[in-house]
Amino acid sequence: MTVTSPQYKVIGTRPLRPDGIDKVTGRAIYGADVKLPGMLHGKVLRSPHAHARILSIDASAARALPGVRAVVTGNDMPAIGDKIADSGESVVNLRYVSNNLLAREKVLYYGHAVAAVAADNVHIAEDALRLIKVEYEVLPHVIDGRAAMTAGAPILLPELRTDELGKQGDAPTNVAAHIRHQRGDLAQGFAEADVIVERTFHTATVHQGYIEPQTATVLWNEDDTLHIWCSTQGAFYVQEQVAELLQMPTSRIVVTPTEIGGGFGGKINVYLEPVAALLSRKTGHRPVKMTMTRAEVLAGTGPTSGSYIRVKMGARRDGALTAAEAELLYEAGAYPGSPVDSGCGGIFAPYKLENVQVDGYDVVVNRPKSAAYRAPGGTNAIFASESVVDELAEKLGLDPLAFRLQNAVREGDRRVDGPVYNRIGYVETLEAARAHAHYQTPLTGKHRGRGVAAGFWFNWGGKSSVTASVNADGAVNLIEGSTDIGGSRASIAMQLAETLGIPYEDIRPQVVGTASIGYNDATGGSRTTFGAGWAVYEVGNKLLAEMRQRAADYWDAPVEAVAVDNGIFTQNGDKLTFRELAGKLDVPVTVSASVHPQGYGPGFGLHIVDVEVDVETGKVTILRYTAVQDVGTAIHPSYVEGQLQGGAAQGVGWALNEEYVYDEQGRLLNTSLLDYRMPTTLDLPMIDTVLVEVPNPGHPYGVRGVGEVPIVPPAAALANAIYHATGARMHELPMSPARVVARLAEVER
Amino acid sequence: MIHEVWIPPVHRDLTAGVERVQVEAATVGATVAALDARFPGMAARLTRDGKLRPGIAVAIDGVLSSRGLRQRLNAPCEIHFVPAIAGG
Repeated sequence: MTVTSPQYKVIGTRPLRPDGIDKVTGRAIYGADVKLPGMLHGKVLRSPHAHARILSIDASAARALPGVRAVVTGNDMPAIGDKIADSGESVVNLRYVSNNLLAREKVLYYGHAVAAVAADNVHIAEDALRLIKVEYEVLPHVIDGRAAMTAGAPILLPELRTDELGKQGDAPTNVAAHIRHQRGDLAQGFAEADVIVERTFHTATVHQGYIEPQTATVLWNEDDTLHIWCSTQGAFYVQEQVAELLQMPTSRIVVTPTEIGGGFGGKINVYLEPVAALLSRKTGHRPVKMTMTRAEVLAGTGPTSGSYIRVKMGARRDGALTAAEAELLYEAGAYPGSPVDSGCGGIFAPYKLENVQVDGYDVVVNRPKSAAYRAPGGTNAIFASESVVDELAEKLGLDPLAFRLQNAVREGDRRVDGPVYNRIGYVETLEAARAHAHYQTPLTGKHRGRGVAAGFWFNWGGKSSVTASVNADGAVNLIEGSTDIGGSRASIAMQLAETLGIPYEDIRPQVVGTASIGYNDATGGSRTTFGAGWAVYEVGNKLLAEMRQRAADYWDAPVEAVAVDNGIFTQNGDKLTFRELAGKLDVPVTVSASVHPQGYGPGFGLHIVDVEVDVETGKVTILRYTAVQDVGTAIHPSYVEGQLQGGAAQGVGWALNEEYVYDEQGRLLNTSLLDYRMPTTLDLPMIDTVLVEVPNPGHPYGVRGVGEVPIVPPAAALANAIYHATGARMHELPMSPARVVARLAEVER
Repeated sequence: MIHEVWIPPVHRDLTAGVERVQVEAATVGATVAALDARFPGMAARLTRDGKLRPGIAVAIDGVLSSRGLRQRLNAPCEIHFVPAIAGG
C-alpha cells in the first residue's frame, strides 16, 4: 500500500531487477564461487578461552604436515601503534583491529583468532590447526557489561581510558566511552509530571545472521600488488582497512566485490582478507581462499551489543511529556566501539522534549568485538523507551498512537543530541498507522494483544561515484561501486532512466571493484539509493548535456537551439530520440560523477503487531503485523516494501528468540543455527507495509534511506503486545518462551 | 557573522555550565579557536592534528558537515559537536 505518489515515469514502478535471473538460476558469482589456478585453502585456529594470555605458539608440527604451505600468527601482522583511523562511518584503533584479526599477547574472547593455516585443501588445513600447540595462561573473564563496570572487574585492555567526546579519563577501566546529551531542567520536568514511569531493560547479544558466511580469496602478487575477491558491503573499505593493517599503499590493493548474501552491517569490517593476504605471501604468492563456517561466523565476527538500559519518563495528565532520562550501557565486545552513540541519539528521537538527559557507556567485555547491525544500537534503545511510552499512555488512559502523535517531533523540533530536524514525516506516519485497517480493527480473543512502537534512524549520505556511457543502440552502461544488497542496481538505474527520460530497460548497471570506479562508501547506513541516486542524477544531467552538444553538432546548429525533453532532442522542427542520436555519435559519450551529499534526512516508522500468547508454554504467535514508514520517495516500491519486511523479520527474531548463550567459562554455547534460533517463514506472518511518501527535500527525487528504520520498532511493539495479551510487561530480550513463562509467574506472584 | 554554538554536555565543565555561546567566526575551525580562547582546553578536546577528533562530527543547522574544521559558515547558524554515528 502506498499513501502518496508523485508523478514520475520510471520512479515508482516495479520493474525486474537486473541481477534477478542470475540469482534465481544460481549463476551469480558469490565469494565462495571464486576459484583461481593454484589456489590454496586457509583456516583459522580460534581461542577456546574467554580471556587468556598467550604464552607460546608452536606451529612446527602443523608446518610439517604434508600439504600445509604456510602458518601465520599475530606476529606476522605488521606492528601498529595506537593509530585512530576513520573507517567509513566508524572510528577504530588500528592496533585493536589488527589484534582482533590475529591475537597478540592475549585472547579476549572465545573464538578469537590465534593462528591461520594455508594448505592444499580445507581438510588438511583443519588437521593442521589441531597440530598447533598454544600455551595459555587463563585469566579471569567478564562477559556482562554491568559486571565489567564494577570495581575489581578483570581489565581487558590495561591502557584503556574512558573517552568523553575528547576528554580522557586517567584510570584503567573497561568503560571505553561515556556520552551525554543534556538539555533543559530534568528535575523541573519531572516535578511537572503527573505520571512518571521508570524501568530497566536488558537485551541480549545478537548476530546479524546474514545467510552467506564471510569469504575471501586473496593473491599477493610477485609485484606486491594485492588482489582480493570477497563478499563485502564496501570494496573500498576493504581496500582501506587492508592497506592500514598491512601497511601498504591503497593503490597496490585491488578489491573485487562478489555478489553478497546479506551483510546487515556485519560485512563492513574485514576479518579474513589481511590474514589470507599474509598466507598468500608466505606460500610464495599462491592465491588463498578462506571461508568461514557458521560456527566461526557466530563466534568470530561481530554481533551487535547486548545492553542494559534504564529509562525514566514523565508526562502531565493532559498527555504532554515533561521530561525524559535514560542511561544506556552497551557491551562493545573485546574492543571499544559499541553503537551506544546511536542508541543515545535515537532513544528519544520520536519525541519533542525540552527536559532531557541521556548517558551512554561503551563497555568492553570478553565477547566478540561488536560490529554494525542494521540501525546499530537502535533496536535496544527503542525497546526500552517505547515500552515506557506504552506504559505511560496506559497510565494516562490515552490511546498509544494518540499519545505519540501529541508528543511527536516535527520539522524544527530539536533532537535529543541537539540539532533540529529538517523535513521529516513522522506525523504523517503516525496518522497513516492510526487510519490503517489493522489499527481500526478490534482484536478479540483470550491472551491476545496489540502493541505499537515507533522507530527511528539517522540515515546517511556518504560518497558515491558512477560512470555512464552510451552504446550505439541507445542503451546506457552504468558502472557503479556500491554492493547491491537490497536491489540497488534497480533503484539506481531507475533514477538514471528518470533523469535521461529513457526506459529503465535501457540502463545496464554493473557493480565493479576498486580498480574500475571512483570511490564509493559502503552499502550501509541506508545510504545507497540516496547517495548513488544523487550521483546518477548528476551523471544523467552531464550525459544529457553531452548528448545535446552531439545533437547540435549533428544538426550543425548552436547548442542553445537544441531542446531536450523526456529523452527527445529537437531543433528547428527536427527531432531525434535518445536512441536515434546514440546511433549517430561520431565521438563516444562517457561521463562520470562523484558526490558526497549531506541532505539525507532521518527516517521514522511505526509498527503494529497482534499476538497470541500461550500462557502455559510462553510461545508468542504473531497474528498480524503492519509496518508503516516514511520512506521519502519509493523509487522501487517492491524493494522498499522488502526492506520493511526484512527489517521487521529480523526485529522479530531479535525480540523473541535470538541470543548468545555462554557457559560459566565464557564459552559461547550456541554456534549453530539450530541453537541460535533465527525466525523462519513458519514463525512469521505476511508483514503488511504502508509506504508513507514524504519526499526528502535533500534529494532531487525525494529519496530517504529506508533500510534501517524497520528493525527498530519490532521488539518494543512485541513487548507491548505481549503486555496487552497477558498483563506482563517484558523488560528483557529475547522474550523467549522460557522468559515469558517466568515473567508471567513473576507477575502472578 | 555571529553563530550559536551548543557546548557538548561533557565539556560544560570548561564553560562553568554554560550551554550555548555566541561566536563570531567564518569557519568551524575558527569557531573552535574562538571557543578555545574563551574556554581554554576546548580545542584540545574537540580537535587533534588540525582536524576534528575521530568520532566527533559537527552539525550546522541540523545537517552534518563532511568538511569538519574547513566548513565555511556563510550565514548565521547553529553549531553542534556530536558523536559521529555509524550505520549498518
